[in-house]
Amino acid sequence: MFRSIADWIELAREEGCSLADAVVRTEGKQTGLDATRIGERIRETLEVMRAAVEEGLASGDTSPTGLTGGRARQLVGEAPGLLGTEFTGLLARAIATLEVNARMGLIAAAPTAGAAGVLPAVLFTLQGPRGWSEEDLLEGMLVAGGVGAVIAERASIAGAGGGCQAETGSAAAMAAAAVTYLEGGTAEQVAHAIAFTLQGMLGLICDPVAGLVEIPCAYRNASAGIQATAAAEMALAGLEFPVPADQVIDVMGEVGRKMDVRYRETALGGLAATPAGQEIARQAGMDQLVQLQRRGSTAGEGSARFGPS
Amino acid sequence: MARLFDILGPTMVGPSSSHTAGACRLGHLAQAVLGGRPDRARIGLHGSYAMTGEGHGTKRAIVGGLLGFEPDDPRLRDSFREAEEAGLEFEFEAIDLGDTAHPNSARLEVWRGAASSRIVGSSIGGGRVRLDRIDGFAVAVTGTLPTLVVLADDVPGTIAMITGMLADGGLNLATMRVDRTGRGEQALMTIEADHEIPEPLLAELEAQEWVHWIRMIAAWS
Repeated sequence: MFRSIADWIELAREEGCSLADAVVRTEGKQTGLDATRIGERIRETLEVMRAAVEEGLASGDTSPTGLTGGRARQLVGEAPGLLGTEFTGLLARAIATLEVNARMGLIAAAPTAGAAGVLPAVLFTLQGPRGWSEEDLLEGMLVAGGVGAVIAERASIAGAGGGCQAETGSAAAMAAAAVTYLEGGTAEQVAHAIAFTLQGMLGLICDPVAGLVEIPCAYRNASAGIQATAAAEMALAGLEFPVPADQVIDVMGEVGRKMDVRYRETALGGLAATPAGQEIARQAGMDQLVQLQRRGSTAGEGSARFGPS
Repeated sequence: MARLFDILGPTMVGPSSSHTAGACRLGHLAQAVLGGRPDRARIGLHGSYAMTGEGHGTKRAIVGGLLGFEPDDPRLRDSFREAEEAGLEFEFEAIDLGDTAHPNSARLEVWRGAASSRIVGSSIGGGRVRLDRIDGFAVAVTGTLPTLVVLADDVPGTIAMITGMLADGGLNLATMRVDRTGRGEQALMTIEADHEIPEPLLAELEAQEWVHWIRMIAAWS
């Protein structure tokens, strides 16, 4: 798609089009998909996202492990609403998608399944209060896609490649950019929103308990949604982050490459390797994994082999 | 470079883009290379696939893929029962493809009547996959473009002939890769094109006496 956020902004300026249009034109050139087909596929993706959120909010069913399921519904019903109902709704929607995902339900990866809750939670929570139409959402999705593509190019969107910063961090940056764009932010403000998001998520490890896309993934999706909203809020107020978005993305890539393999989706470190994490893995029948965790799981070659994304 | 719908999507049955959606696509590619739904399959899981595959539905996703299901097909959840109804027998084993293999790799040996195929592939992130081997030949098939696979005798002029036929048909080739067992033996060619290759052209190609078999693998939508 684009090699950098700067290239994307430059292209939009040269062609006198919006950031969303620049995505459509570039994707069309590179893959042959026309604007109509791109629009249709985004609408289909949005439908899957919306259905997953609604199913997750309504259902009390748990995943096979019982680690997730019903928490989104509980949040809506029981939370005190410290920052109002939208805040609670944002958390609940993010968790809802991950709960559906853990039950082998239908979701849309954005950019991965493990981070699939962030973008829909932010977009659907703000859609009503901010008065965005379905067409607006479509444009927001295009901007989000452009951001994810740049991150995939310059850093990584996979937990195995760069930890959780690469998954929920990327998803949050995508969401923050979409919100900033839809609220009428300039291209520069969109770039600042990306930078504000990622600067706060640098170094976040991927340490899925029992190697499953459940804990802490569901809750990390919720906090990533908050980070995205905060970043958009600051960017739209005109606050500027002094390190450009592309350079922040490059730092994320560098941190990801240097991150110990135990913290890159292998389930051999972090929360996954705690006594509580090991006990959950043992109960899930993953004795081989527990043995490796107990061995202290050196950062050797073999340990790179385990984990989801 | 990442495409828009590698980032926004795929729409898929959870829980993992690499361990569920990618696994399904590997199964799907195996049946495409075989030329149809297998009646028997032996599936080797390597590394993380062997280790944490159970909790991610990796086995169900691969079997679903072998049945021709796509990553967003809800039947993936129940694919073992679907396989039984379809007459597909399968078995799983843990394998070690070595330290250089991608952590999310699988070897699929599939049979359909007298025909058989053996593929080795990896799930490389976000649901994207890459076949590394077909029947022992080195390949790099991703399924992102329509892909023609040709097993031919290793005789002079075959590559020129194939590319000539495709060019005459107005088809633009994106990539081409050839691997052979040995000089004068057999060569496997994989050709990615920008568009589907029309049926008559495939038939003409398959009729060549130096061609053993051809397969057309459709691109992911």
